[in-house]
Amino acid sequence: MRRGDSISIWFFIGVSLLVNGLLILGAGIYEVFYPPQNPVVLFQLHANVWWGAVLFFLGIVYCFHFAPGRQRR
Amino acid sequence: MIAMSSPALLAPQRLVHLSAVDLTIIIFYFVLVLAIGFYLKEHAKTSEDYFMAGREMTAWIAGLSFLSANLGSLELMGWAAASYQYGILAAHWYLIGAIPAMLFLGIVMMPFYYISKTHSVPGYLKLRFGESSRALSAISFAFMTVLMSGINMYSMALVMKVVLGWDIHFSIWISSITVAIYVALGGLRSAIFNEVLQFILIWAGSLLIPILGLVEAGGWNNLKAKIAANASSEYTHLWSTLGSFDSNPMGIHWTGIVFGLGAVISFGYWTTDFLVVQRVLSAKDLRAAKMAPVIGAAFKMFVPFIVILPGLLAIAVLPIKLTGESVAVATGGHSYNEVLPLMLARYCGPGLLGLGITALMAGFMSGMAGNVSAFSTVWTYDIYGAFLNKNASDAQYVRMGRWSTVMGVLISVGTAYLVMQFLSIMDYVQALFSFFIAPLFGTVILGMLWKRATSAGAFWGLLAGIVSSIAMWVWVKLNPAALAYVALSSHAKDMAENMYRALWSWIVCVLVTVVVSLLTTPKPEAELAGLVYGATDIPSEHGVSLYQRPIFWAGVVATGFVIANILFW
Repeated sequence: MRRGDSISIWFFIGVSLLVNGLLILGAGIYEVFYPPQNPVVLFQLHANVWWGAVLFFLGIVYCFHFAPGRQRR
Repeated sequence: MIAMSSPALLAPQRLVHLSAVDLTIIIFYFVLVLAIGFYLKEHAKTSEDYFMAGREMTAWIAGLSFLSANLGSLELMGWAAASYQYGILAAHWYLIGAIPAMLFLGIVMMPFYYISKTHSVPGYLKLRFGESSRALSAISFAFMTVLMSGINMYSMALVMKVVLGWDIHFSIWISSITVAIYVALGGLRSAIFNEVLQFILIWAGSLLIPILGLVEAGGWNNLKAKIAANASSEYTHLWSTLGSFDSNPMGIHWTGIVFGLGAVISFGYWTTDFLVVQRVLSAKDLRAAKMAPVIGAAFKMFVPFIVILPGLLAIAVLPIKLTGESVAVATGGHSYNEVLPLMLARYCGPGLLGLGITALMAGFMSGMAGNVSAFSTVWTYDIYGAFLNKNASDAQYVRMGRWSTVMGVLISVGTAYLVMQFLSIMDYVQALFSFFIAPLFGTVILGMLWKRATSAGAFWGLLAGIVSSIAMWVWVKLNPAALAYVALSSHAKDMAENMYRALWSWIVCVLVTVVVSLLTTPKPEAELAGLVYGATDIPSEHGVSLYQRPIFWAGVVATGFVIANILFW
């Protein structure tokens, strides 16, 4: 939803995905180099790395596409 | 849905341990929702902005918020627990128990809700039938919704205690203060924005559980085989086990699912519960208002993937057996209600765990915000504006809206503490909610589709439906053998009883409404314009391309619904 120059909800969602994705991706990469003593089931799939990357990428797309001030019809 | 009364849930050992990354994710969520609330304060100056989000929401925003307002964490955790306990039958609440009603709301009922320009469901009843029906509906809804909010708040605090070891008082106050701030500041627009955000977070935080669970189980066919070995093959059939009350884990017959759940309870909830309808009323035009429930229905069909499937996966992969509350208390084990947090802890390491917990909290808070914003609207328009200050200005409406939001949150907190002292209150309040929803659907649908329905008919029909529902509930409580009459079987479980009671009370409401209406004088047709079928000029979609028509997409969703039922027969 946009109203004049107001910030779209999708921009806020982009910010959320970007920040959360970055944090999860970072935690996942850390665990690759410093594996935990009690890993979760299917740890070897490194779900936090690829899921964090997906969220981070989606966040960038949403933030760019719905950035405040971008001219939209 | 969740029986949160077990002392086992107050056990000191928590299920998961949060790392610094997890805490950062949770704190960031709270900061973001508050920031949204403060930002949107400037967009909530008029009553139309505050209570109806300016009626500017697109179909996607209205549709996702419509679904998210319903998708509280109590529901997420409760239905995961139900699927562990009853198998795939729990998915009926997401299929026949939702899809037909949501599509019906969008295509048939939204034109009358939207064209009437009402601010609420009780407001529609006032326009159609007069003040008596509005008052009965408004007072019961306002009372119920704020009580349910309190129960949800208490249940969330209990979940946070079990899962994270957080103090109950801390959880209650931090979540209620956050909701109070962002809803009081930004009104419905803030609630909707946060609901859409919460919807995305729920998916982002929960989707990995079924994905990784299916990987571990070895795919759907292997999962079915493991469930058959650990529980029963009945757990993976939607319809084929409903031929008798004794042949399925839920103890229900297909007539209860189709007529009780599918026809009455789901229609009653999805078409008249103002918490969800309010979101659709905020749509920017009639087409968006019709499309929003269709979009919600499409996503609703996928929710079983993150709710029902984890419960089924838990049957196959968890090394422990989950039990009912009382057995969990006696043995120190884990109850059905803990299935989702257990699966979250099983697959989600640092970061993912924080996002999953955030998803649960977001679900709780979106439910609470939905209840409070709906309460604030009904209180302000249908009680304050209708009876206490009939000449209130627009600024007074907005001021009352903010104060009633805070009041609603405080009443919810009070209810949460009351429930803490008297746990059985939860069962009574949930039963209380069920007394109103089915009869209200009868009243509204007759009002929309039958010009002959009169004000007296609507009032007495609604009252008769409510009283009959209460009477049946009391009868079964006092005499358990009465279950054989109310639910058609002495083996029927609580869910089945609720479904049949809803069906009978709806029938009573409709019959009384029809009889009294035929004996009383209807309003002149000129006064029914915009309110009822046959007296409303619904804009034609002639000239609109097929892909832009809501009825087309409703057909697509309906086809998907039928395919899903056949696939999992």
